[in-house]
Formats: sequence, structure tokens, C-alpha cells
Amino acid sequence: MAELTDLTVAEAAAKIAAGAISAAEYFAAWREAAAADDLNAYLWRADGGPSSGDWTGAGESAPAGEGVETPYGANAPAPADSGPLAGVPIAVKDIFTTEGVPTTAGSKILAGYRPPYTATAVRKLTAAGARVLGKTNMDEFAMGSSNENSAYGPVRNPWDRERVPGGSSGGSAAAVAGGLAPAALGTDTGGSIRQPASLCGIVGLKPTYGAISRFGMIAFASSLDQCGPLTRNVADAALLLGVLEGKDPLDSTSVGLGGGLSLPSREDLTGLRFGVPKEIGEGALDPGVRTVFEATIARIEELGGNVTEVVLPHAEHGISAYYVIAPAEASSNLARYDGVRYGMRAAGDEDLVTMYEETRAQGFGTEVKRRIMLGTYALSSGYYDAYYGQAQKVRTRIAGDFDAAFGEVDFVVTPTSPSVAFGLGEKTDDPLAMYLNDFFTVPMSLAGIPAISIPAGLAAPEGAGDGAPGLPVGFQIAAPAFGEQQLLEAAHALEGALGFAAAAGDAVPWRGGDRA
Amino acid sequence: MIDREQVLHVAKLARLRLDEAEVEAMAGELSGILGHVDRIADLDLEGVEPTSHVVHLENVLRADQPWTSMPPEVALASAPEPFEGAFRAPSPQADAD
Repeated sequence: MAELTDLTVAEAAAKIAAGAISAAEYFAAWREAAAADDLNAYLWRADGGPSSGDWTGAGESAPAGEGVETPYGANAPAPADSGPLAGVPIAVKDIFTTEGVPTTAGSKILAGYRPPYTATAVRKLTAAGARVLGKTNMDEFAMGSSNENSAYGPVRNPWDRERVPGGSSGGSAAAVAGGLAPAALGTDTGGSIRQPASLCGIVGLKPTYGAISRFGMIAFASSLDQCGPLTRNVADAALLLGVLEGKDPLDSTSVGLGGGLSLPSREDLTGLRFGVPKEIGEGALDPGVRTVFEATIARIEELGGNVTEVVLPHAEHGISAYYVIAPAEASSNLARYDGVRYGMRAAGDEDLVTMYEETRAQGFGTEVKRRIMLGTYALSSGYYDAYYGQAQKVRTRIAGDFDAAFGEVDFVVTPTSPSVAFGLGEKTDDPLAMYLNDFFTVPMSLAGIPAISIPAGLAAPEGAGDGAPGLPVGFQIAAPAFGEQQLLEAAHALEGALGFAAAAGDAVPWRGGDRA
Repeated sequence: MIDREQVLHVAKLARLRLDEAEVEAMAGELSGILGHVDRIADLDLEGVEPTSHVVHLENVLRADQPWTSMPPEVALASAPEPFEGAFRAPSPQADAD
């Protein structure tokens, strides 16, 4: 069924809605593809479709006459042959709760956990006719940039199985790039959608903070976490975003995009202004990545775009601010894993505090412990102002830098990641080196603005010999808050001109071009 | 920069038991990370408003109407030790029983 899995999501949904192909046949083709997962991309795969628990949230326990329609029961699944995503199977990062279906967030502490409710983002997909194809592997609690922090083993990059797919949405990115899913849902706190999309040669979109509900998305850093799509092309990302966005009564910080998002159609960049941060010229960047970035800038100019330099003077402090703020919020959010209400408990009849400490010692992995320690330290008495307070002020400055830049340009563009996919185990001994992977993606997260990574070309890894096969390089475009439509239009036009998938030819893994 | 005593203190605050090897590793790694983070300590940000959240919302309240709640048996289904409609946990006092 190679032809079915070659279709984009938009094409497949249209054919299913028109009756040209059957939803069941399409789903079966993808289930077969997903079953061939040799990347460790999936932690759970649908067999007969996701099972359903008893509780639907639809009014069982409200007092008679007093209950209103519960928001938990909203967005009921549509039949699989209707809706804008009719019959489309979606791989869902294992950080989204799915009723009755195991949800681990990549952690041992949630092994075997079957949530009693489903995340709003997932409900919106199924209400649009989509179905959950599987739950994807990830760095534990979304903390990582290589997927090596999963309690369930690392995910392999489909371009080169000895390399990482990026993280934390590494399973989602590898599944889409490796031809194991037509599209996937991920989350991005400091780059966790964009960086793996970059390393796997696909499209990854982090929407504006608040565009999509976080209800049912297991919390890492609540002021930064945002859900978004990973897809083969920009149009599919737009299609999914249109379904996912919206204000949700179950997430009071959600805002939505106001509906009316359309599929991008723009083919030129005439009159659009692109800003390249001056700081990129000075930053650490692999030569191969720089070459692809500069070629992409030239392509923007050929399409009629106007490229100028902008300054983001505080962006270089993004990593410092992020690695205070995100661990601080995480240390608070992860306090809930205490062995009492759900998840694992270290056995024993000792006192309560010993039970907490043992459960958390056994349930959490090294990186999660490190971030909890970092965050607890930054929030502790005597250090709060120096670390957390100062980081929040840097955040204000970074957001202000973007405001100023967007007074002069429509978009800010950077490489997504300073390197192509690195080797498994290459950076695991140096947490700081791992954190610096997020250099280009963290500033947008701190500012809460939307950003997309599109594949722009191939580059050999640094230090590889002549003739080493190329690995994908991502190009990041950021727009002002709630500027998703313009962002997607620009990304679509550039994507068409770059023709990444066509240029990469048979090397593209979803066409079966893996080499290792 | 972060010594062993501080690591043990913070681990206690965070309700994490660390073994001896973890304490050693954590002291070195946290010192390295904080060494990088410390670069923001020298920035002059006097008078800059801190940003805790990028969406400027205040007092988002829903209508004061009852919603359906999760039935107790559903809420307890994932508990490690459900007990007579409640979550059971060890006593907060050592040797209480």
C-alpha cells in the first residue's frame, strides 16, 4: 500500500471525505507501517483502535438539574469518515493523556498508568475524524534534546540509526520521518518540536503560547509548554493547527487563534521582510549548517523577500534564563509524583517522607532529577532573586528584543539547531553541551511567539570525511504572537522553492531510503 | 560552587533520595550549569519587570456552576493503594503504627 502512505494528510483526508479511498483501508495501511517500527519510536500502538474506559465525562455524577454540559465531554469523536481529518491516523507523543491507553511521559514513574481522561488536543483531533495511531517515545517528562532520556530506551534517527532524532518529541519526529505515521503531535517547551523536526528532516510547528489547550498535556514548565504538529509539509501542519487551536474552558491560559486558519497557498515572498539576528554571525554553528542557512537566505531573496540584519541583544542569555525558569517550574510541577494518587510507589511500610523519597529516587531518571535539583535550588531561600527573579527579567528583555525586531521585519529567521543529528551517546556525559542544542529555539519559547522549522537541505556532520552522506538541516522562521497564518504562508512559499524532499530524493527515509 | 552539603539540602527539599554516586555527580554538574547561568547575574536589570507568563490574563473565572466530577472509583483506579474509597499512604510519623 505504498501509494496510500505516500499521500499527505491533506490529500488523504480529502480522498476519504470524497469516498475515493476508505478510512479503514487507509488506517490499516498506516497500522501496518507503524507495526514495522524499528526505531523505538512507539511506546504503544493501536491494534483495534484506542480502547475506551467507562467514564466519558458526560454527565453521570452532576446533581440532577444542576449540572451543565461538562467540558470533559466536549469534542466527542466524529465518525472516521467525516471531518477535516477524516480517517487520518495520528501518532501522539506519550505526554498527552489518553483515556484507558497507557501514558508514561517517557518515565518509569508512570509505567502502567492509564489516565481516566483524554487531553483536549487529542479529543479535538478525534472530533475532526482523526484516530490515534500510537503513543510515541520521548525524553522523560519532555526533558532532553536527544530522546536518550527516555526510560524506555532511545529513539533512532531514520536517516542514520546510530544518531539521535533530537528531542524531546523524538519519537514523533522519527515516526513521521521514518514513514511510521503520516503526522504526529508533539510538545515544545524550549525547542522540543522544532529541534527533532530539524534533525529528522520534517516540518515542526510551535504555535503561539496559548494557541492550543494544554489540558491533559502532562506539565513540564507550564509558562512555556505548547503543543504542535510534526508533519511532512507545511500545509499539513496548517491543517492540524486549524483543528487543534482554540480556547478551552479546561485551560484558563488558552487563548486560541480565533478560527479561520486556511491552508497556505503563497508561492512568493514579495514584500515580506526577514530579519537575521546579527548574533548568528558570532555564534557556534557547524560549517555545514551555516552553508545551508546562507543558501536558504539567498533563496528567500530570489523569491522577492527582503533580508536585513536585526539585533536580539539578550537572546544569547536565553539558555541561562531558560535553564532557570523551566527547571523551577518543573520542580514544582513534578511534586505531584509522590506515589499516592497514581503511578508507581516504592513498596514499604516506612513513614510518608521516606516513601516519597524512595518512590521519586526509583521512578525518576537522571536528567529529571538534575532538573528538579536545579529548579529547587533556584527557588530556594537566598537564591530566588539571584536566579529565578533575574531569569524572569531576562525573559522580559528577550520578549522586548523580539518586539523591537518585529517593528522592522515580519519574520526572524535562524538555523533551528547548531548542528545536524549527533551520535547516540555523544553528548550524554555533558549536560551543558546538551542544553546548548536549544540555543536558537529557546528565545522564541521565552517570548511565547510562534516558530516553525522546515527542512532546508542536507549537510555532512562536522568532522565527517569527504563524501559522507548528508543529514537534514532545519531552518527556523519566527513570527509575532498569533501570526501563524502569515508564518505558514511564508514557510509554504519557501518550502516550495527549496523542494527539500525532491532534492534529497531516495535518501528520504519515508521513501525507504534509510542507509544503516 | 555547589558542594555536597548543598546538594543534600536541596535533595531534601525536593524529596529526592540520592545515592552517594549521584551526590558527587550532581555537585559537579550543577556547578557547571550554574557557572553558565551565572552570566545573567551581571546584567543590569534594575527596574525591569519580571515576566512570569507571556499571556496577559487576569482573574480568569468560570461561571459558578457545578460541573460533572470524576467518580471516586475512576479517580482511584490508578492509585497504588486505594483503600475504602480513599488514597492510602504511610503514616507521616515514623514508627506511628
